[in-house]
Order: sequence, then C-alpha cells, then structure tokens
Amino acid sequence: MANPLKCDLCSKPATVHLTQIVNNKVHKVDLCEACAEAKGVTDPGGFSLADLLLKASLTPDAAPPAPGTRCPRCGYTPVEFKKHGRLGCPACYEAFATLVEPMLANMHSGVTHTGKVPARSLERKSLYDRLTKLELDLTEAIKSERYEDAARTRDEINQVKQAFHPDAP
Amino acid sequence: MPREDSTSLAALLSAPSELTDPGSSKTAIVLMTRIRLARNVVGHSFPGWAKSAQREQILTTCRDAVARLPQMKRCFNFAVSDLGELERQILVERHLISRELSGSKGGAGVLISRDQAFSLMVNEEDHLRIQVLRAGLNLKRAWTAINDLDSALEEHLDFAFSPTLGYLTACPTNLGTAMRASAMMHLPALVISNQMEKVVRAVNQLGMVVRGLFGEGSDASGSIFQISNQTTLGEAEEVILKRLGSVLQSIVEHELNARAKLLEADAGKLHDKIGRAYGILQNSHLLTSGEAMNLLSLLRLGIDLGLFPDDQRSLIDRLLIEAQPGHLQHAHRGECDAALRDALRATRLRAEFASFPRPEVRPANPGAAA
Repeated sequence: MANPLKCDLCSKPATVHLTQIVNNKVHKVDLCEACAEAKGVTDPGGFSLADLLLKASLTPDAAPPAPGTRCPRCGYTPVEFKKHGRLGCPACYEAFATLVEPMLANMHSGVTHTGKVPARSLERKSLYDRLTKLELDLTEAIKSERYEDAARTRDEINQVKQAFHPDAP
Repeated sequence: MPREDSTSLAALLSAPSELTDPGSSKTAIVLMTRIRLARNVVGHSFPGWAKSAQREQILTTCRDAVARLPQMKRCFNFAVSDLGELERQILVERHLISRELSGSKGGAGVLISRDQAFSLMVNEEDHLRIQVLRAGLNLKRAWTAINDLDSALEEHLDFAFSPTLGYLTACPTNLGTAMRASAMMHLPALVISNQMEKVVRAVNQLGMVVRGLFGEGSDASGSIFQISNQTTLGEAEEVILKRLGSVLQSIVEHELNARAKLLEADAGKLHDKIGRAYGILQNSHLLTSGEAMNLLSLLRLGIDLGLFPDDQRSLIDRLLIEAQPGHLQHAHRGECDAALRDALRATRLRAEFASFPRPEVRPANPGAAA
C-alpha cells in the first residue's frame, strides 16, 4: 500500500480499523495493535468507541482551557483528563466546561439532561444554602445592632432547621 | 475462623438467586435484563483520582447508607481486598461485579442483596454503581426496582448532579441519566444463518450496542449477546428504555423468523446439531469453556423448539454460569490449569446430563416457546 494508515494515537502503522455509528454520525478510528490492546478494543468485557474518541481527544473543536488550569476543588488538570478520559471530581465539569461540553454533542443524543432529578438531594441543598445565608444575615444584623431583624432572622433559621429534621422536637 | 454469613461467598453460592433459581428461567431468547445507574457523592473526588483515605471514607459512607435500605436487609457485604482471585472471578461470572472492580485497588467493595437481584459496587469507576438483574425480559419491572432503590439511597446520600448535565460521572460518556440498560439474548438461529453482523449494524444505527457475552464479535460462543443503550444524556430514562424495549422486541422477532426458516429449509440438519450436542455433553471427557457454551446453547435452542421439556431450561441457564472457570475451580477447591479445568467441566456436565431426557422430535412450532 502506498500510504498505509497511521495509528491515531502513536503514528505507528494502523492494523485495527473501527467504525461505529452514534446518532447517525460515523466515527472512524485507526489503531496499531499495541494501542488497540492498551485501549481495551480486544477486551471482551466491552469497549466503546465514544470512550476511545474521548481518550484520544480526537474532537478538534474542543477549545483547550488556558495552560495551568486546575480544578479548584481537586487539583485535576486537562492534561490528566486527556490522558485518562476521566474527570477528577464532580466540580471538574464546571472547571473544564469549555473542554468537556463541546464533546458531548458527538457522544450523546442531546446535550441537556431531561431525566430523573434527585429531588430530595436538591431540596436538602437548597435548605442548606438558605441556612448559610440566614446565618450570615444574623451575624450582620447583630453587628449593626438591628435587633428586630436579628430576632426575625433567628425565627427563620429555626424554621429551616425544622425542615431539615422534621422529627426533631 | 469461619467468616460471618454476610461476608461468606459460600453462603452466597448456596442461596437461591435471581439468575440460577429454577423458577426464573421461563423465557426463550431473553435470558436476563439488567439496569445499572452510576452515582457519585457530592464534594468527593472520583475513585480513580481519590487518595486511598478518601476511597475508604466513601466506602464507609456508602455502606452506612446502603445498610439503611429495606431492599438491602441482611445483604452480602464484601471488600474486594478480602476476596481471593477465584472468589472475585465467581462474582464476575455471576454478573455481580465488573472485571474492573475485581482488579481494583483498596477501598473497593460490593453489597449484594440476599436474592442477588441488586448489587451495589463501591469505588469502581464511580463512587456507586447500582445494578438490578431480572431473569427474562423485564425492563419495566427492573426500572421500577432500581428507581425505588436509588430514591431510597438519595435520602441518605447527596448525589453529584447538575440541572443541565444530570448525574455527574467520572467519564462524560455516562453523564445525564448515568443509566445503562441491557438484555442478555440467546440468538443461535441468527448466528447459524450468518445474520448477526446485519443485526449488529442495524442495532448500532438505533443508538444501541451489541456485545458478545463470552467473546467478541458476531460469532460469540454460546450465541449469547448483550444489547444495551449507547447514550445517556439528552433523553429521559423511560424514553431510552422504551426504545431499547422495541429494539429487543424486534431482535426477538428476527430470531424467531430465523428459527422458522432453518426448520423449514432443513429441520433434519438442525435436529442433528442439537442431537450431537446432547451426545457430547453426555459422553465427553474434555470440554473447553467455548465448546461447552456452544453445546449448552444448542440444548437451550432444543428446549425452545420443544425437543426437550421446558422445565430443563433453568438447568442450562445455571450451567452457563457454573461451567465457567471461576465456578469450576471453586468447586474443585483450588486453582488449576486449563487442561484440568476442561476435564472437570466435562465430568460435571456428564453428571448433569446423565439423566437429562432424550431429544424427541415432534412436529415443531418454533414460535410456541416465546
């Protein structure tokens, strides 16, 4: 062959050629034997081309975040994401939004979640956020000697705490 | 010292389970339905990036939460590091843990309900991988069961969730519903008549993935395939399940048509294949795993076609699991090489099939068993 295909990951001659159709879009990947093995293409346990496409970062339209970017919560970096195809923690989705979000359209049937919502978790979170804000208000009111506001805020805090633990006396 | 019942694999193996119980294998073609959900606890690194102390903490947090669920009363509770190589392999063969979990580092665990219908893996790729297994084709029942379990768990754990991206997972390919639903299908006629490749292509186009259970590609041994959804973001769980359900239904119809065509073209040839499989299972002294799966698959087809009594299907389904290397070596009480395993497998199958009824060729009605 005049122009043998090169492995998409390491540029050695490719001997494994994969085609998968996701949402009517054809994705093609060419790999050498070593990379095919390393990426689990030959693993009977399962293999997804979307996963490989992601690991190889073959989606050129993803704008890379500025070098040195780290997830503020867990310290994960885009370099590690490209290497492993996995994120470090849930907060990474926000930290690396410009990198991850453009990939989603190729990977999924939509880019917005329309399924189940953890209603109880979210309710707890909104109560917690409200409690944090009220406690700040209370400190502020006491500091500036607005005692009527402080009393009202304290009542509200008690109500929110009651909602957290409805069984408490 | 004998281990407590809840951490004893022997207790798990001797308990009646959803997949090996004689009452459960009533259906032709679809062996089982499985749904799994990935969940992560907010504010913690994913298992692959977490330090070992953080992984241990997640294991404790998740175990405490699971212990409070009525569905998981008296559940089995294993730390992967406490299990030997064979014990891990057995759990993989019973579809209760993944290969990834069986090879994972510290802090990995699994909680399995008494009936082995639910299993919750901790610190696999995500903090929690919740799975439900149901014998036969039962997407609705499986979804109800796992949805209830997930909601009950949410009372005790704060899951990482974004209103736009849904449940947040270590890998972006699982975002959104974080749900993978699948069915294990026995498709011998589509394999015999070389139609599997066509089916795989068509199913891919509908956003579903086909995998061989005991090997890759369109000629997987045992003719058993797993069909699952490819994408998780952009559609609600019920929409994905409905689409998967109709794909499965259409594969069932294709398999039934292929069986009818094989019988119409040359019933003798098909009956011969099944009869020979019966003879080998009763008389052989060496059987590889692949060959055993293929022979058992032909007998299962024989049952569907009415050559053997219907109540024998559960034996075949149990042997499809118990003739695998981990189970055989565990019964033999120790690891052994492939040659000895082949002998052990043949001995076990000879014993099981010694009193198996002979095939009886009656006027066939291939659709009757579905």
